[in-house]
Amino acid sequence: MKFTNPKEGDKNMEILMGNLLRYGVLISATFVLAGSIIYLAQHGLEKPQYHYFLGEPSRFIHLKDIIADALNGHAKSIIQFGLILLIATPIARIVFSIIDFFLEKDYLYVAITAIVLSIIFLSLIF
Amino acid sequence: MTIIVFTILLLAGSLIAGLLGSLTGLGGGVVLIPLLTLVFKVDIHYAIGTSLISVIATSSGAAAAYVKEGITNVRLGMFLELATTLGAITGAFLSTYISTSIIAIIFGCVLIFSAIASFSKKEVPIETENKSTLAKKLRLNNSYPTNLGEQFYNVTNVGGGFITMNIAGILSGLLGIGSGALKVIAMDNIMRIPFKVSTTTSNFMIGVTAAASAGIYLKRGYIDPGLSMPVVLGVLIGAFLGSKILFKVKSSTLRIVFAFVILALAFEMIYNGFIHQI
Repeated sequence: MKFTNPKEGDKNMEILMGNLLRYGVLISATFVLAGSIIYLAQHGLEKPQYHYFLGEPSRFIHLKDIIADALNGHAKSIIQFGLILLIATPIARIVFSIIDFFLEKDYLYVAITAIVLSIIFLSLIF
Repeated sequence: MTIIVFTILLLAGSLIAGLLGSLTGLGGGVVLIPLLTLVFKVDIHYAIGTSLISVIATSSGAAAAYVKEGITNVRLGMFLELATTLGAITGAFLSTYISTSIIAIIFGCVLIFSAIASFSKKEVPIETENKSTLAKKLRLNNSYPTNLGEQFYNVTNVGGGFITMNIAGILSGLLGIGSGALKVIAMDNIMRIPFKVSTTTSNFMIGVTAAASAGIYLKRGYIDPGLSMPVVLGVLIGAFLGSKILFKVKSSTLRIVFAFVILALAFEMIYNGFIHQI
């Protein structure tokens, strides 16, 4: 039935995606906010330095380091973890879409969405 | 200036950027980067990384509200994301090889273009005839709810739209903005999609496009937690407030004021680019 009426399948997918995006943003904002409070309490009186580009240290780049430091209560790592959840939110949406297109037996769009996902993963490899 | 003062000022500035961005439909990124680079003297690479993150936040937040209403054309969005994500990666790679002064000048030109585009919006009649075989094969033709019931529409010039979306993606990855203005033009004027559908579908795509280049920026160390934190929270609050008061303010006057602000920022960015201050 779903296949003959694409509008119906779209509706379910839309509701699922709406919730995914909403909770993704809310959860990541919570991590960012929690980390900020600790960060400001610890470093609020220091001077900011963003005028010259130095690049972030590797502990803010690699997911393994970020999670390990965040679990140890390191404020900036908790914020960075929240930011990574935020980046992951639209990526998760794509994964859900592939599943949904598959259930709708719309294999053309399973392929299109899978290519989009591979392009994003390609960007993470290089 | 201490970190706490810097954070509060940046939070306030980002809140206003998010509010104006959502009220005018131009997005927060176009004001954020001039704010960070010109006012707060932040290096443009950090500014781009930070802006990308805030673009993902607002796009995902707004898309959550839109997709439920059934206006977004999910298949069209997914198909065009092929073009925007490839472009975004290209743009993010280019950004490391192009000097910051040139980036500032390109940014200024895109700002001018966005300001002009926000004025010259005209109603494009809906295509009722199905002319494109590609659109039919890709199942892009759809309908959306209006006051008069479901309105059907057909998509035209799929190839032209795809190429324009690719350019929008490159600019998004290079400059850390959503390229919403260009995305809407590609869908409205080239593919002849109703304005409501193109706005929501463009917003739906912006998050995915930004995520594709955000990964590269993260790996290059352009995304700083201390800087991103007030910007993300500020823009999110601003965009949320904007969506609440959207129908209570006169958006036409606001758009004119905002367009002039953007033009001023554009010339400032271009000038700073030419004298190598950025």
